[in-house]
Formats: sequence, C-alpha cells, structure tokens
Amino acid sequence: MTIQHKMIEARPAPKSTVGPLAWLRANLFSGPVNTVFTLLGLYLLYLLLVPTIEWAFIDADWIGTTRDDCSREGACWVFVKARLGQFIYGLYPRDEIWRVNLTFGVFAVLIAWLMIPRLPFKRWVAAATLLVFPIFAFFLLYGGSFGLPLVQTHRWGGLMLTLVLAVVGMVGALPIGIVLALGRRSQMPIVKSFCVVFIEFWRGVPLITVLFMASVMLPLFMPTGVSVDRLIRAFIGITLFQSAYMAEVIRGGLQAIPRGQEEAAAALGMSYWLRMGLIVLPQALKMMIPGIVNTFISLFKDTTLVMIIGLFDLLGIVQAALSDSRWLGFSLEGYVFAAFMFWIFCFSMSRYSQYLERKLHTGHKR
Amino acid sequence: MNHNNKHRWPLAVALTTTLGAGGSAAAATLDDVRGQDRVRCGVNAAQPGFSALDASDTYRGLDTDVCRAVAAAVLGDAAKVHFVPLDSVERFTALQSGEVDVLSRTTTWTSTRDTTLGVNFTGISYYDGQAFLVASDLGVQSALELDGAAVCTQSGTTSELNLADYFRANGMTYEAVVFDSPEQSINGFEAGRCDVLSSDASQLHAQRMQLGDPDSAVVLPEIISKEPLGPAVRQGDDQWFNIVKWSLFAMINAEEMGITSANVDERLDSDNPDIARLLGRDGNYGEAMGLEADWAYRIVKQVGNYGEVFERNVGAGSDFGIERGQNALWTDGGLHYAPPVR
Repeated sequence: MTIQHKMIEARPAPKSTVGPLAWLRANLFSGPVNTVFTLLGLYLLYLLLVPTIEWAFIDADWIGTTRDDCSREGACWVFVKARLGQFIYGLYPRDEIWRVNLTFGVFAVLIAWLMIPRLPFKRWVAAATLLVFPIFAFFLLYGGSFGLPLVQTHRWGGLMLTLVLAVVGMVGALPIGIVLALGRRSQMPIVKSFCVVFIEFWRGVPLITVLFMASVMLPLFMPTGVSVDRLIRAFIGITLFQSAYMAEVIRGGLQAIPRGQEEAAAALGMSYWLRMGLIVLPQALKMMIPGIVNTFISLFKDTTLVMIIGLFDLLGIVQAALSDSRWLGFSLEGYVFAAFMFWIFCFSMSRYSQYLERKLHTGHKR
Repeated sequence: MNHNNKHRWPLAVALTTTLGAGGSAAAATLDDVRGQDRVRCGVNAAQPGFSALDASDTYRGLDTDVCRAVAAAVLGDAAKVHFVPLDSVERFTALQSGEVDVLSRTTTWTSTRDTTLGVNFTGISYYDGQAFLVASDLGVQSALELDGAAVCTQSGTTSELNLADYFRANGMTYEAVVFDSPEQSINGFEAGRCDVLSSDASQLHAQRMQLGDPDSAVVLPEIISKEPLGPAVRQGDDQWFNIVKWSLFAMINAEEMGITSANVDERLDSDNPDIARLLGRDGNYGEAMGLEADWAYRIVKQVGNYGEVFERNVGAGSDFGIERGQNALWTDGGLHYAPPVR
C-alpha cells in the first residue's frame, strides 16, 4: 500500500467541458429540442440581419451631397450627412455653434470630473455644476450680453435642444422630487396634503396633455401681448411633471430605510435636516439609483413630445427635414439615425448607473 | 349729483377699457411688428412645397413666401420674418393669443373657421382640391376612367366623403382601401394595395416624390373638391387685415402686369398707369394702410410676383412640377383675380 504524500497536480479540465465548443454544447445544443430551437433562431437571425446589413452598409450610399448621389438600392446616408449640422444644432446660427460646443464641452468635463473617482475637489465641482454652470450655459447659449449676439430660443433645435431639455428637466426634477418625497412623509398636515395633491395631480395627467395645455390653453389665459417663451413653458411643464415621478421613486427609497435609524439619530439630538442629510438620504439615494436612472431615461425620450408645441428636438428636426422637397422619401434613414442617437444616450446612462451601483454596493444588492 | 357720479364711474371705466382695448387692438399689430422689426408667421412645420426647412436652415415654400411679402411691404426686408412652426390644432390659438401675426399654414378657408374662430382669411394663395394619383403604366388619362378601381385614402378626412360623392355622381364603383397617415397610404400605393391614391393635390405631388421612382405615377388633372388655402389674421385689426390682404393682391397684380423681380426696376418708369400706381410712382396707395408708397415694389423686388413664387416652390421650377391649372391668373383661365390698385 502506498501513500501518496504529494498533492496531485491540478490538471486541465477535460476538453469536452471547456472552450467555445463545450459552451455551445452546454448552452445551445444540449438536447434535440434545444438544437432545433437554436437552428431556428439562427435562421430567423439570418433572415433578419442579412437584409438589414445589406441595406445599412453594403448597398448604402455614403458619398455625395445631393439626392442624385443616392442609388436607392440601400440606405442613403448622404441625406443624414447633408443635414447633420441641422440635426445636431437645429437652426442655431452656423457662426455661433462654437457656443453650443463650448457649453456641452464644459458640461462633459464637469460630469467626467464627477464621475472619475480619483479626481479631487468633488464637492466644489458639484456645486459649480449645479449652481454656476446653468447660469454660464444660459448666457453662452442665449447670448444678448458680454458681446455675444442674441440667439432666440426658436432657433434652438436638434440634439442640442433634446440635451438642454433633458438636463434642465433632470437637474430641476431631482431636488424638487426630494423635497416632495420628504413632504409626503411629513407629519405636518398642510405640507403633507400639498405634496400629495401635487404629486397625484401631475402623475394623473399625461405629459402630452401638460405640454398641450402649456401651448394651446395658457396663451389664451394671458393678457394680449404677454407671451411666455415656448421653451420656458416646456421647461416648466417637463420639470414639474418629472418631479412628481421623481418624488415617488425617492419615497420608495426612503421607505426602505428602517425607521429605527432615524429614531436613533433623533435620540442623538440631530435635527431633521441633519438626520435626513447625513443618515437617511445617503443610504436611500444609493438604493434609488435604478429607479432614478429609469426616470431620467424615460424623461430623455419624453422630450420628443415637445414636437407638438412647435419645438424641434432631434426627432422633430429629422421629421422637418424629411419634408424638404429635395430630400423626399428618405424617412427610414432619418428615423434610423434618430433612433441610433437616442439609443447611444440612453444606453450610456444605463451603463453608468450599473457602474455606480457596483461602486456604491455595500450589501444591499440582491 | 353724488348719486349720479357713483353710477357713472363704473360705466366710464368700462367704456374707457373697451375703447382702450379696441384702440390698441386696431393699431397694435402694425406697431408691434414695426417695434419688434419682425413679422411673426405661423407656418406648417413640414409641408413640402408650402413650408419646409431646407438644408440652409431656412423655411422655403409658397406659404412662407406670403409671409415674406408681408415683411417686405411692412419692414422693407423680406428676411425679417420669424417663422413659428404650428400644428393644425394650435394654429388658431396661436393666432388668437397674439403669438403670431399672420397664419399662413395651408389652412382651408371655410365658413366655420371664418365666422367662429375669431380669425379673418385675407385671400386665397392656393386653390387646392382633392385629386387622384395613378400608376403611369395604367395608361389612365382621366378620373372618369377609374370605374371599379381600388382607391387608397386616409381615414377620418373629408377625402373619403368627397370620393364617395364623386364616384356616385359619375355612376362608377370603387373599392376603398383606408390608411391612417399620408406615409402609410403612399406605401400602400407603392406596394400595389390600390390602383389609385386620392388626397389633396398639393399633398399628392409631395407623396409622388416619395416613391422610389416618382415617374412611375402621375396626378390626374381632375379636381373633385374645393380646398382654398389662404393666409389668416386676427379679427379686430382691420389695418393689418388690409396689409396682409393687399400683399397677396400685389403679387397677383404684378404677375398680371408682367412685372417680375427681374424687370421691376425697368418697369418703375413705365407709362402704364396701372403699373405706376402699383409700384408707387403715381399716388401713394400704401399710405392708407400705414405703409410707404413703394410697398408693392418691395414685394415684387424681394419676393417676386405670384407666378414666380408658384413656379419656384411648387411649379415647374420645383421638384413637384404642379401645373398652374386653377392657380393660373383669370386671364389664363385660372381663378386668381386681384382687385386693382387705384
């Protein structure tokens, strides 16, 4: 009888259980039924993908400037190329688009600063983003002072308008939402009932109705000659609407924090705002990330509804361009482009929220 | 005395308010336009040939040129127009609430709109009507040959009704294929769901351009309904109403007299008294409207006469190639007839 004193060296797993082949066997061809479904799925994919790729890439026209450069066999991206400036900046004067670029450049730097964990002075940058940047952006985009020519809001459009609406809506809705959520949980009857009525009212009407009221009914209530800028009307409508949704998302997060924590903090002599700011909200906001990002993404897409009040967001300007008599019949290309742009932004938001959840993960995740 | 005064005060206040409101409304639009140095014009956001955004960020089309003519007459610069895209529901509200000064948005002049919505139509800039689009290889020359055809229309429009009336009146039968939107109906037509597509002529010409091969279909000459399109203004400001009305008349008169944007400078010295009056060389016919004597000259110089505007946007000079037809001058067998300037 021999006793082996050495451990047997680890051997590679059998060939049949590792590598792509094994993965295929385990996941796609593990039985006759699964094999049939896999083959069927592949066939459907083939049916769907091949014409799409042919249309979008192989037969597509990329080069040129006019309708005559389109062979009409596949997609004609010349249309999108010729209109790209309009799709991104709307009717913003071409000599002034550096202002839009600068605004969004600064915004991107600020957001990147906040997102990259290693960089210092987070608090100051956050304060600048929330307080200084909106004023800076307003003066830069709208102009009319500091020697910049005035660019009226009816010239704003395209992706730029979509981003402006979404950012204003998000930045405005979050604080109002937090206040409303805290108010709804408050013991004070007047505060509580005001918040409940506000939230239930705004949640009870569709956004399209809000915008419609703002554009069709509001002007009739105003004295003749007094008119509020359409963009301001859209800002107010979208912000109030989203803050009601945000409030409910935040209230959901607040309810997940055990009451004992707040009571313990109260026992330590902390005031209401200290309890909320230091104990409850930091924990609750972390859990709310999926809900908040969900609201943001839906807000980003809802901005397309401003089309009905005559503002040209990305989708609106694409639709307007489709009716140019020089470019009739390219609706598919236009809509695919718009969908792609929306997807890029929504998908990035979604990925960032997942990253944030992992980073802040402290044992709540299930 | 005291007693009387008590009663008179509210009356006086009410009267002043009414007068004040009336007075300000009557003069407001022209003063406002002059003060702001721009005409605000409500247009369609996307109607090919009538108002559509081109690649250089400018609205082009027949409707927008009507507004340019007003701006040229009032402000001396056809470019001083601020276009406000409006959808079909909010267009009248925007006009009533003072958000726009002129509504030039492919709006059909009907009695209901004219009498109940607080707006006044100033004239007809385009005689539209329902027509038929057929595949050219069918060889059909007239709508009367369409007996038994499958016809694509849009649901919930007056087109459906007109179609039924027209076919019944001519003792023909048809099969209706109904779609929800213009895009769907043209796709249905291209896919061969129907032999004929029926809608307003202006729209049919735009839809034809969306076909893979626009030459594969033709618009038949018959027009089976009345859809007069024209600019509208708010009620209660007759001066502004006159300005918009005569801006359009000036363009039509200019075409009738053969004045174009190219030859208007030569025609300034014309011996023809009608031309001299229109261009402000004989008398001042703009004064009564609050305009300068050369108001019509500026319209023709900067925007062109009606024929030029038509050809440039929807006629032979455009992608649509719509025939003048009803939109020709009365002297050429059409319907455009403008009262004289004198």
